[in-house]
Amino acid sequence: MKVVVCVKQIPDPALPGELNPTTNLLKRDGKLILDESDSYGVEMALQLVEAAGGGEVSLVSMAPNNEMSGLRTALAMGADDAILVSDENLAGTDALGTAKVLAAAIRRLSPDLILAGVESSDGYTGTVPEMVAGVLDLPSVTFAKQISIDGDTVKVQRQTEAGYDDVECKLPVLLSVTAGVVEPRYPSFKGIMAAKKKPVEALDLQGLGIDLNTVGLVGARQETIRVTEAEERESGEIIVDDGDAHQRIAEFLGELKVI
Amino acid sequence: MTEVGLADEMISTLRTWVDSEVIPHASEFELPDIYPTDMVLQMAEFGLFGATIPEEYGGLELDNSTYVRVIVELSRGWMSLAGVINSHLICAKLIAQFGTDVQKQRWLPAMATGDLRGCFSLSEPDSGSDAAALRCQAKPDGDEWIINGTKMWVTNGEKAGVVALLARVPADDEGAGGITCFIVEKTPGEKSGGISISKKIKKLGYRGLETVEMSYVDHRISATELLGGQNGIGNGLRWALSALELGRINVAARGVGVAQAAYDAALSYAKEREAFGRPISQHQAIAFRLAEMATKLEAAKLLTFEAARKADAGERVDLAAGMAKLFASETASELALDAMRIHGGNGFTSEYPVERYYRDAPLMIIGEGTSEIQKLVISRALLAE
Repeated sequence: MKVVVCVKQIPDPALPGELNPTTNLLKRDGKLILDESDSYGVEMALQLVEAAGGGEVSLVSMAPNNEMSGLRTALAMGADDAILVSDENLAGTDALGTAKVLAAAIRRLSPDLILAGVESSDGYTGTVPEMVAGVLDLPSVTFAKQISIDGDTVKVQRQTEAGYDDVECKLPVLLSVTAGVVEPRYPSFKGIMAAKKKPVEALDLQGLGIDLNTVGLVGARQETIRVTEAEERESGEIIVDDGDAHQRIAEFLGELKVI
Repeated sequence: MTEVGLADEMISTLRTWVDSEVIPHASEFELPDIYPTDMVLQMAEFGLFGATIPEEYGGLELDNSTYVRVIVELSRGWMSLAGVINSHLICAKLIAQFGTDVQKQRWLPAMATGDLRGCFSLSEPDSGSDAAALRCQAKPDGDEWIINGTKMWVTNGEKAGVVALLARVPADDEGAGGITCFIVEKTPGEKSGGISISKKIKKLGYRGLETVEMSYVDHRISATELLGGQNGIGNGLRWALSALELGRINVAARGVGVAQAAYDAALSYAKEREAFGRPISQHQAIAFRLAEMATKLEAAKLLTFEAARKADAGERVDLAAGMAKLFASETASELALDAMRIHGGNGFTSEYPVERYYRDAPLMIIGEGTSEIQKLVISRALLAE
């Protein structure tokens, strides 16, 4: 079984980020790390291949400056190889442009299954996985919390607000994996050593056969026109128990519609 | 030599684990003295049981400089975790360095994965710093050896499947004999052949993992368990002391780890805790103490990393390792007490981890050569020049 995982490499969220004042987009010129929300996809892919008794996990990623630190982490976890698309003309690419690039890279690998995170931790558009499926003309199932493969069929528990839906679908298919549904393994030290020797195919837009005018800032149909600071989170309400605390907590939970 | 970029990545992976899995949970195991099985399993997953075992036997073959960073990270989280692998790797080092090819093949691959656990057994109830006075006996009997004696302070003694045991071989007709190292195979558990293992010794700190007394009564082992074959007879103490030289750098690294933890805790508490209308870090008494702590910590790190660098370069390390161990272990104790002072009453409770640093730090002053022995080693090296 061949599984492809879409992996985004993002600026370390622990460090202060900075926006480009002209484009209002996040600066990504430093070291990039594996987006935590994609580590669930990588772990899920590794588990599925282990359960299938063999196969291959390949990564596809689009990042500036041939940056592959984050890819190395996923390779150290156990992925076999990767395609990295890097091209200066990709700066400013919007969600659809990204999907076109990832789809072109995925096409080279003809996988049985494609996994992605639900949304990235730096962009949060949450649309790229379904756009990739659209470009590839494949079915997609979002918010997968449990995945099993049975012959040429994939069975997915798809998380919903009320619980989950059981979905079945013929392979090949693209699934977006809900964050937190598996526990991503720590790379072993041997894995870290081995990752350095694993093949990473570096491609630019020409190598991928993509028209320069359809991607990057030129091809973007999406524009970030204004950025405003998020409001500071207000501190919570402290309930002092005067004998009626339980009622007030119950009312509060009722307002939230959790009870 | 371990490539620096790779070493950085390994250490950063380990740091993430220590921050998210060890630091928040260490006290749940440490206070009731429970073995941290899941943490040890993850350490095996990382490959740490093979950290310094040669690659040809399935280990990571990390150099000393990288291994020291591993120990600092583990000890920053919980010093006992360093103890889980230290004595295992001293045992493996003896085999890798002095064992026959057959012995290396027999034990090292399983030790590298952690499936086979090793321990190191030199101390006795009446022989600690004066290791040469040990009394445990090994007598030849045909193709076998018969072991009799009592060993003390054996870390991981129960879980171990092989014990690097130092025992005295009586002189034969040609005068060959003396302290000799055996790799004694045993079944993990309380009893194996003539070996009995005591209950866990109750300790001030360094809790969670087992430290036991082991007694040998007419315990028979095969001649193949004599480390290095016949050449090994009488060489045991020299070999063990050379392995302990690296052991000292490791204990220095544990000191650095505990000192780092104490300093980190003190710094963040001093910034948060307010007294007289401002954070206590704004009071000079506290700020100056932090400055002294940070300076000592940095000095301990530099001595320790320098000793490891020398060992990697193949230089003599008796002096450097002695100085690193002496300074880093004393620093750990001083910083643990400093951190407690900065925490005030809170530091005296088990709600904060500082009291654990305070209880763990004295081990480094005592284990693998007391501070006094280090001064002996250092002064001898100085005066010999």
